[in-house]
Amino acid sequence: MNVPVIMFFACALLAVFGAVLLILAKEPIHSALALILVMAALAVLYLLLGAEFIAAVQLIVYAGAIMVLFVFVIMLLNAGVEDRTNQSLMAKYLGLPLSGFLVLDLAWWIARSTSGKAELTASAVPAQASSTIELSNLLFKQFLFPFEATSILILIAMVGAVVLARRDP
Amino acid sequence: MNGVPIFYFLILSAVLFGLGVVAFLFKRNIIAIFMSIELMLNAVNLAFVAFSRALGKLDGQVFVFFVIVVAAAEAAVGLAIAINIAHNRRTLNVEQVDLLKF
Repeated sequence: MNVPVIMFFACALLAVFGAVLLILAKEPIHSALALILVMAALAVLYLLLGAEFIAAVQLIVYAGAIMVLFVFVIMLLNAGVEDRTNQSLMAKYLGLPLSGFLVLDLAWWIARSTSGKAELTASAVPAQASSTIELSNLLFKQFLFPFEATSILILIAMVGAVVLARRDP
Repeated sequence: MNGVPIFYFLILSAVLFGLGVVAFLFKRNIIAIFMSIELMLNAVNLAFVAFSRALGKLDGQVFVFFVIVVAAAEAAVGLAIAINIAHNRRTLNVEQVDLLKF
């Protein structure tokens, strides 16, 4: 057991724990805090994979901006304990086994696709001096048009959110 | 010092995605359902970064960047809709928002 493997298992346990907490939490605010835990753990995993820029964006945009939006709306709507209803018997008796089947299926295909490639480890490829430089080269040259298109998308989403959330439309 | 097998990251991604699906099915609060969608997007992002690392190409990370941008847009519009639902129907429970249900 070396340091990256121990780091991986610590963060993986933290992420799975947070996801289970998200499911079990009765109040939305607890779910939101659990989701922030998952995102922080995933940011450390991204660092482990050598993706510094994605780790920073994960913390700033996901755990920062998006989750603040969630918490803000939960506070605004005063969302309390969610009511439990027994109407979703199908979710209980069909959804849970099928979700388990989905996980097993995904795991099976992953195991098949990576078997015989034991050398495929996180450090098999030597880390670039700084992957952020390479990433910005890709983003502002090869993917320039999609990048500009997303700025339009963000603008539309912003205007749409303002129009939708206005009290007197 | 040898690294962590990519296999582990992919299995973790699958488990997180499955937990996201379970949360999506079991949650009744519209905001909690949004959060389970975010969880699934995060699981997929982890798989993207893991593959990007394994193949030595950065295209996967560029894709993760776009997924995060689209998730931000989706959260903004979705939460605005949630605010509207809460104001118009006085509830956040998706089972009571059934006007289109036959």
